[in-house]
Order: sequence, then structure tokens, then C-alpha cells
Amino acid sequence: MSGPSTYQPQHPALKWLEARLPILGLVHSSFIVFPNPRNLNYFWTFGGILAFMLVAQIATGVVLAMHYTAHVTLAFNSVEGIMRDVNGGWMLRYLHANGASMFFIAVYIHIFRGLYYGSYKSPREVLWILGMIIFLLMMATGFMGYVLPWGQMSFWGATVITNLFGAIPLVGGSIVTWLWGGFSVDNPTLNRFFSLHYLLPFMIAGVVVLHIWALHIPGSNNPTGVSVKDKQDTLPFHPYFTVKDALGLVVFLIFYSYFVFYLPNYMGHADNYIEANPLVTPAHIVPEWYFLPFYAILRSIPDKLAGVIAMFGAIAVLFVVPWLDTSKVRSANFRPLYRQFFWIWAVAAVGLGYIGAMPPEGGYLIAGRILTVYYFAHFLIILPLLGLFEKPKPLPVSITESVLGHGGAAVTAGAPSAPQTK
Amino acid sequence: MTMKTLSTKLAGLGISVMLAVSALGAGAAIAAEEGGESAQPTHFPILKPTLEPWSFAGLFGSYDTAQVQRGYQVYKEVCSACHSMHLLSFRNLAQPGGPSFTEAQARTVAASYQVQDGPNDAGDMFERPGRLSDRFPSPFPNPQAAAAANNGKAPPDLSLMAKARAVERGFPWFVLDLFTQYEEGGPDYIHSLLTGYKEPPAGLQIPPGLHYNPHFISGPAIAMPPPLSDGQVTYSDGSPQTVDQYSRDVAAFLMWAAEPHLDARKRAGFQVIIFLVVFAGLLYYTKKKIWSKVAH
Repeated sequence: MSGPSTYQPQHPALKWLEARLPILGLVHSSFIVFPNPRNLNYFWTFGGILAFMLVAQIATGVVLAMHYTAHVTLAFNSVEGIMRDVNGGWMLRYLHANGASMFFIAVYIHIFRGLYYGSYKSPREVLWILGMIIFLLMMATGFMGYVLPWGQMSFWGATVITNLFGAIPLVGGSIVTWLWGGFSVDNPTLNRFFSLHYLLPFMIAGVVVLHIWALHIPGSNNPTGVSVKDKQDTLPFHPYFTVKDALGLVVFLIFYSYFVFYLPNYMGHADNYIEANPLVTPAHIVPEWYFLPFYAILRSIPDKLAGVIAMFGAIAVLFVVPWLDTSKVRSANFRPLYRQFFWIWAVAAVGLGYIGAMPPEGGYLIAGRILTVYYFAHFLIILPLLGLFEKPKPLPVSITESVLGHGGAAVTAGAPSAPQTK
Repeated sequence: MTMKTLSTKLAGLGISVMLAVSALGAGAAIAAEEGGESAQPTHFPILKPTLEPWSFAGLFGSYDTAQVQRGYQVYKEVCSACHSMHLLSFRNLAQPGGPSFTEAQARTVAASYQVQDGPNDAGDMFERPGRLSDRFPSPFPNPQAAAAANNGKAPPDLSLMAKARAVERGFPWFVLDLFTQYEEGGPDYIHSLLTGYKEPPAGLQIPPGLHYNPHFISGPAIAMPPPLSDGQVTYSDGSPQTVDQYSRDVAAFLMWAAEPHLDARKRAGFQVIIFLVVFAGLLYYTKKKIWSKVAH
């Protein structure tokens, strides 16, 4: 994915294949010799972790689908059949349900890393937008997957979220009926959610290919934010980054396994072990934890339509971050003010998540409103202004210099530090 | 087990911390949550479940076969009069990691029930003794009949009860639970509820047909009358025949019923994590060696 391949197959069969479909050369240039900045830290292993999680979710999900029945009278019991009677079924389901949470933990770390190190800035805007499209698809997939066990939270979560579209003026009611395939969340809804839940991961896989393609044009950003200047700044993907990504992945898998085997229901909600009942509303309807910040924003605004707009706006604003950030410097390591504001924003985002899990009353409601205002102010006011007023710290001349220090043999002594211009 | 004792102690400490926080005026809701019994309760359950030391808690937890068998006896002799367990079959009683009856014992239990089958070749439904493959028979033919016989409220199915009730843990417990591996909220709730019946505080009006129970998750009073009394079930293994012991045993049985593969899960988990830790260690040194030649 980065220019003509230097791959020279030796074996006659490989030469034969390569002349007809240069797929080995593509893999070779993308994942063997691909030059990565030598100073990447472990936050850069989350891309690989996410790719693994997508494959793991598809693999466990395909097998689960072999045992699942998408019908309102059978869905709940078919999931229990998986848990009780399918060989290893409990492990498959817990891997898949917790896998969704792990997928979101990894993607949030990946997004926070991008925001901290300015990975969305030129020339990586398209890369960032593709990532946001993946994030949106993940949210849709996660939401619909949570509906499939047809527990109380599945049903009422689906009811609340689909009803949001009813806030659209004039056509809202018709859209909701169209989404439901009827006049309430019912069998047609469950059926189409199952179909879409199976489809969307493959759309994610498609956008992931574009995401990696867009990554391999400029190459990875790095903790200094300084662009790669020559070959010395980089190391080949293999073995340096294959082994580093593998280590990051296995440590992540330990974390994942801890939940699957010891706290499998921690991320879930007890009410989802009660079969869906349209006549009984749960005391608190709470979405999955990874939607809670957005749910808090939705509930902070008294008007339904404005709340829905704010909720989607909270994601939409991320799409335009490359243009809201006016700073010439990428990495927060060299932006003393942005670095602080980034962490305030991160705490506010996590705080919104906590508020989203609490009842919308009293102090929680007020805190939710303050945090919502701050969330948007960060992107719409602070980020554009910071670039104009902030005085960045001197940047290293190159990645190599930052790695080896000023006395490094590979660096021209006394080279002046200039602010990064691109 | 030490972790469990620690978390119990921390839970006690937590109440005082919570009260201190509420004293600072941080929120009326929090105060009500931990405020104990009053004539005007606003937050349920009025009392949080007490944390019990379960054999199936923690890294190496597994079901206590004798306890789960006693719990099944309590279910069979008391609970099953009103509560169904439609997700369980008699064959489950003979599975490893649970009551672990022998197959012959499970067959005998099944045969003690009459189950409707059919239609036969003549088109008639008929009764026959239960088999291993049969589900636990339900006490009522349908939810409406169950409600009609029980003051208008159908007793819930118990198959998943131990996973279907979770009293909100609140901050900071939901964070600490990650480290103490607390996933026994269901059995703790069931045990607290079954032992929690008492006289209502002065001034609290309980509607007729309901029973005050400060541990009930959705209100001050529960429709179920106190189901257990001392000496009600005769144990053959010499265990105490008290409400506390009965409710402890039946809570353990219900946990098994809701999570029948817990033993296998925790065993597999330990193997998986040992494997991954060793693998991570090998990768760490491999990575270190590969990167030792380059500055980074």
C-alpha cells in the first residue's frame, strides 16, 4: 500500500503467482518492510489490537449465529441454550459479549491517543475521518448486538434509542415505524437487527482496509509529532513492530480474559437476564457503558430534538477536529497548554460516562449539563483559540534526534530547533 | 477468601464514607441509599445485601456439592410449590460442577414427577414418569394461572434469578469489585432477602397482602410471604436446619442454576491466564532482544 513493491519472490510458484496477482508484494510492502517511526510507544499497539478484536468478534459471532434464533419467543432461550447446552457455548458468548466492551476500550484508547498526539492533523485527515466512520459503525453494531439476547435491557434500550428518531420534525414518526417494521419494537425489529448486526462488521472490515490504506500513505504519526524525514527515523515493520504489537496484544488479552473468565457479567446489566416484557418497564433504562457519555449529553438537554442533535453532534464534532485545531504542532508533548486541556477534556468525557449511568436528577443533572457544555467548548472554542495563543515548546529536528538526544552520532550537532511546519 | 473478608470490611467502611459524603450535602439520593430503615423510604433496597463468603467466589472458587444438593432440596420442597425453573432439566442434576447427583439418582428424581407427553398414536395427551431429558415441571400451567393463585402477582421463574438481580454497588465499590472479583451480588441478594423479613418501622404502612422486607430491590414490601421457617426442611447431612442455612443453600443452588459452568469457567480461566502470562513473558524478552540493537 505504499508505492511499488520491492518484493522479489524466489520460489517458482511464488513468482508465478506474483506475476498474476501481486498480493505477496502487497503484504510484503505493507507489513514486512513498511517503515514505521522508531519512537512509537505502546499506545500505537492499539491499532493491531483493534484489528485482532474485529476478527475475534466475527469469529465468535459467526459460531454464535449458528446457535441463535432471531425470534421474540425463542431468542432469549436460544441464548440460554448456548450458555447451558452448546459445547463451550458459555465461553463463546462471554468472549463475544465482553469482546464488544474490549473493542470499545481499545477504540477509546486509540481515539484518545490520536487526540493527544495530534494524529488527525494534515496529512492524516482522511485517515481520521475513516476512523470515525468505523467508530460510528461500531456503535451501531454494538447497539444492535445488545438487542439480540432479547432481555429487558435489550428491549427497552432498543425502544429508547429507536424512539430518538421520532424527534425529527414532520417525518420522525414515520421513520420510527419504518425502523421498527411495525408499531413497536417487536419481531420484525429483532429480525432486522440480527441481519444488520451480521452485516455491519463486514462493512467495518471494509472501512478498516481503507483506514490502513490511508495510514500507509503518510505513515504513522509518532509521539514527537515530527514527520519522518529520512530512512534513519524509521524501522521496518517486521520484526520490530510485529513483536511489539504482539506483546501489546497478549497483555491486552490477559486483561480481556480476566473479564471473560472471572467477571463475565460485570460490563452487562442484570436486567438482561430477565426475558423482554413489553408490559414491564425497568426502573432505570441504561445503555451499554460505552454509550454512557453520549447518553448523558442526550439527557442533559431538556428538549428532545435538541438533545438528539447534541448527542449526534458530540460525535460529529470529532469528524471536524482536524480543522478546529489550528495549532501547527501535532504532539501534545510540545503543547504545554493543550496538554492540560486535553486531560481536562478526558476527565470531562469520563465524567459524562459516570453521569450517564446515574438517574437524571438533582446534582447529577447539573453536573451533566456543565460537562456537556465543556465537552463542546473544548472542541469549538478552546481548540481553535489554543493554536493562536499557545507558545509550543521547541521541537526536535527529527525523530532520530529525539531518540538519541543532541549528542547523538546520527544528528548534525547544533542543528537549530524549529517549530514543525507541517 | 482473604479478598472476600477484605471487601466485606471495606463495605462496612463504605457506609461510613457514604454517610460522611452525604453529610457534606453532596446528594440527598446518596443519603437515602444508606440511610437505614425509615418510615418514608425513597431508595430501594432500603438495606444493601450483606456479603457472604461463598465457596464459588474468587480465583479458584467452585460449587460446594453438598451445599448445592441441600439447596436443591430446599427448592424442591419449598420454592417449587410456586416458582418454575423452566430452563433446567433433570439431566442437569447429574452434570459435573453442581449438585453432581449420579445419573441413577437424577433418574429417580425425574421419575418421581408425572409429566404430560403426547399426542400418542390415538391423538391423546398422556401422563408418564419424568425422564432425564424433561424440564423441571412448572407449578402453574401459565403465568395467568400463577398470578391468579398468588394474589395477582406471578412468582418469577428462578432459572436465572441469581444473575437477574443486582443491587447497585455505587462508587467506589463498582471500581473495587474489579479487583476483588465480586460477582456474587445475586446470591448475596437472595440470602439477604430470604432472611430479611421483619416488622416494618413505625409509621410505614404496608398494603394488605404484602410483606415488609428492607432487602427487597423494588420497594419496601414484597408480595412473597416469608417462605422459610426453622426446621421446615429436614437435612440428612447434619447441617443446621435454620432459615439462615436454608437461604444460604438455596442461594448457592440458584447460582449454580443460573451459571452451571462456573467451575469449568474459572478452571479454564486460570489455565488461559497462566498461558498468556508465560507467552507475554517470552514476547517481552524476544522484543527486548530484537530492539536491543536499535535506539528508540
